[in-house]
Amino acid sequence: MTRIALDGIAHSYVRHPRTDKDYALRPLHHVWEQGMAYALLGPSGCGKTTLLNIISGLIIPSEGRLLFGDRDVTRLPTEQRNIAQVFQFPVIYDTMTVAENLAFPLRNRKMPKALITARVAEIAAMLELTPDLNRRARGLTADAKQKISLGRGLVRSDVSAVLFDEPLTVIDPALKWELRSKLKAVHRALDLLMIYVTHDQTEALTFADRVVVMNEGQAVQIGTPEELFERPDHTFVGYFIGSPGMNFLPARVEGNRAYVGGNTIALGAAYPELTDAVQIGVRPDFTTLTDGPGLTVQVRRIDDFGRKRLAHVTLDGLPLVATVPPGWAGDGSQARVGFDAPHVLVYRNDVRVEGVAA
Amino acid sequence: MMDKPTNNRAWFFVLPVLVLVLFSSIVPVMTVVNYSLQDSMGVNNFFWNGDSWFRDLLNPDTEIGARFADALLRTIAFSFTALAVEVPLGIAIALCLPRRGWSVGISLVIMALPMLIPWNVVGTMWQIFARQDIGLFGAALTGIGLPYNVTQGSVSAWVTIVVIDVWHWTPLVILLSYAGLRAIPDAFYQAARIDGASRWAVFVNIELPKLQKVLVIAVLLRFMQTFMIYTEPVVVTGGGPGSATTFLSIDLVKIAIGQVDVGSAAAMSLVYYIIILTACWIFFTVMTQIDRRGDR
Amino acid sequence: MRSVLAPRISLVIYLCMLMLPVYWLINLSLRTNTDIMAGMALWPHHPTLDKYRAIFADPTWVHAFGVSLSYVAINTVISVTVALPAAYAFNRYRFVGDKHLFFWLFTNLMAPSAVFALPFFNLFYAVGLFDTVWAVALAHCLFNVPLAVWILEGFVGGVPREIDETAAIDGYSFPRFFIRLFLPLIANGIGVTAFFCFMFSWVEQLLATTLTSSNALPFAAVMTRSYSASGMDWSLLAAAGVLTMVPGAVVIWFVRNHIAKGFALGRV
Repeated sequence: MTRIALDGIAHSYVRHPRTDKDYALRPLHHVWEQGMAYALLGPSGCGKTTLLNIISGLIIPSEGRLLFGDRDVTRLPTEQRNIAQVFQFPVIYDTMTVAENLAFPLRNRKMPKALITARVAEIAAMLELTPDLNRRARGLTADAKQKISLGRGLVRSDVSAVLFDEPLTVIDPALKWELRSKLKAVHRALDLLMIYVTHDQTEALTFADRVVVMNEGQAVQIGTPEELFERPDHTFVGYFIGSPGMNFLPARVEGNRAYVGGNTIALGAAYPELTDAVQIGVRPDFTTLTDGPGLTVQVRRIDDFGRKRLAHVTLDGLPLVATVPPGWAGDGSQARVGFDAPHVLVYRNDVRVEGVAA
Repeated sequence: MMDKPTNNRAWFFVLPVLVLVLFSSIVPVMTVVNYSLQDSMGVNNFFWNGDSWFRDLLNPDTEIGARFADALLRTIAFSFTALAVEVPLGIAIALCLPRRGWSVGISLVIMALPMLIPWNVVGTMWQIFARQDIGLFGAALTGIGLPYNVTQGSVSAWVTIVVIDVWHWTPLVILLSYAGLRAIPDAFYQAARIDGASRWAVFVNIELPKLQKVLVIAVLLRFMQTFMIYTEPVVVTGGGPGSATTFLSIDLVKIAIGQVDVGSAAAMSLVYYIIILTACWIFFTVMTQIDRRGDR
Repeated sequence: MRSVLAPRISLVIYLCMLMLPVYWLINLSLRTNTDIMAGMALWPHHPTLDKYRAIFADPTWVHAFGVSLSYVAINTVISVTVALPAAYAFNRYRFVGDKHLFFWLFTNLMAPSAVFALPFFNLFYAVGLFDTVWAVALAHCLFNVPLAVWILEGFVGGVPREIDETAAIDGYSFPRFFIRLFLPLIANGIGVTAFFCFMFSWVEQLLATTLTSSNALPFAAVMTRSYSASGMDWSLLAAAGVLTMVPGAVVIWFVRNHIAKGFALGRV
């Protein structure tokens, strides 16, 4: 078991990439620590599966080096990498029983029989496949088949990492929760490095210790679910994580004040003079309708989610989403909105600018 | 499978097909049954003959019975030889075809070409190709010292017919296997690599099971076609030398048209047809069973 | 990465072997008989198109070529036309005897021509169609109609049933739905089916020669007949053989991507 390091890994399906657009994956430096659970999160075509396939060796990257511990494995074939991978759709061997399916990766590596049996029994118990062990895999349901695929990924104890490529796509929503918590339990029990690709933020945020948010072939932010929520490094992360996404307003920033149209908003830190496209970003959770002092907005509609209410408002014509506090009694078309100053962040050309504590 | 609505008016849709195929199938078959139960004295003078044609035919001690048994055995041996070569060869070549790319289209077109040549032209082509004086195949075999002669040697004639059939019809097996292989998602191959499976293990555990359905169809078609082979051997060897390549169809036509022994020929036709129907039914059952299993 | 070289080389070798007899035929067709008999040559040293010219100049050959194409075309049109509604019915409805009928059609697909040759001869002689293109076209329906039904049934199955239902809700009458909406959807299937009917009618020779004598003799039969008469004109024979491959080679390009589905009777 080792950590995995990406040293300037990049990939292009074009022979001589010229612009950023030619890259399926732009140069990336990152270290995956052993025992951690990572999620690669992003919309379709953002390069997350490309990155996963580079780690598993199904794709040879066009640039950079891939290190497992100190060993350079960039050009090693999959078979010699000690990687397990689970795919989007269940892959099972039709002619084999469930037990034989689970044993297959071990038998190919010439493990002793007794060890194989023990290991298969252990994994089958974890995934609740024990009653089906001697059945033909072909006749099972889609989610049982996917459990077998997961099991084959987890059965080898010596792997450097287990990679999951949107493994719960074909599973019923109800079973998804169950399988995901099972995976988490397995992760804790086995102390493996797991990398989990998904486009579903809930899946990513609940499963992973660290989330890598990707967009257009680029890793825009790597952090804990909390960091991604509280301090998105990029407007994309703000939009993509959280529902609804972050509010962004074009602004002029001077010191610890931001000016949006004719309004002034207090910031939690002081900023140097900023040029180019400057925006401030604040989550709806830190944007609150208030009876006290605040900026005047037009209320367009209020959505009631039961536990919380969200108001869609406009500030000088700019759309905003704000939390409606439980006691708020206002009605009609006008309201006042307050921002929680430490959570108002500043972005320049879509990238977050670090302020100086005021 | 979804339940289809029951609708007996659908018969109207099937009616044209029914009429056409009844005309071209039942009428001739009835004629054959008629002949098989009668004997003729002169052209239009038939009398009832009962099952005696059949009794003669199925009794290997009579002349016609021995002839029929020989031809049947020869045909079965030929079918199995051809299948034993074509199926493995077809699968092997299908595995060699790249999964995608410009070369696939060209390869497929080249492979399909032999199947689009009229069967007697295939015969003529090989008749020329197998000659020692002007044919490359015959000249090459003679050149390396093999005692090869299509018109004189039984072994040569037999081998030539098998080679022709392999040349002519292996592409069918290739096309079907290739279609089956292409239907396997990439993830299966990737998973197998990750599971450390050898090339052989991939073949046995992934490719072969997924090919099952198309292979049943391939075997069915090839078995039937080889069992009915007529034109190519007639052109190349004329059923000879002696009767080395006289397969059932050839014998049938020889008896019916060559010797104008209509009764025997008709009885033989029916027995031959019944064998084919039986084989058909077995394959059909296997095929529908695989279909159903695939649906679950 | 596993080596891809060995499979490629095997494939190329196989394709070369496959083309060798065809090449040899072309080779002979471009040489004169004296040249052929003088000895082996791997390629024509003095290529000549004389024999092709001779064939195109001879009305017997040209007529026979026309005959072949016309019975093939008639058969293809008949087969596809009658098979379309039947294939739709087999795929969409359940009716009394459907399974047995489907199997019975299948057995006709496997019917040995040798069994049918003689009764067909009697039948068509009796109805006065002997030695016409119609005799051959109808006789070939024996296996081509079932073939068309089977292949088309597979393609019809690829069109979701919801389309039929939506059209009915939108107020399409059945014939209008079938012709305006449904047929375009299975255009590929119709093309493939037509190709296969063409192919099996084109290559079948036993019935085609049994049911004709002079007027409607197919091209390939004229060819076999010619070599007994003219004392083995190898070169002419080869040229005629090459010409029989042309129609097939032309049409095959259009269906290359769907060919396997056709061979699998629409079941891949």
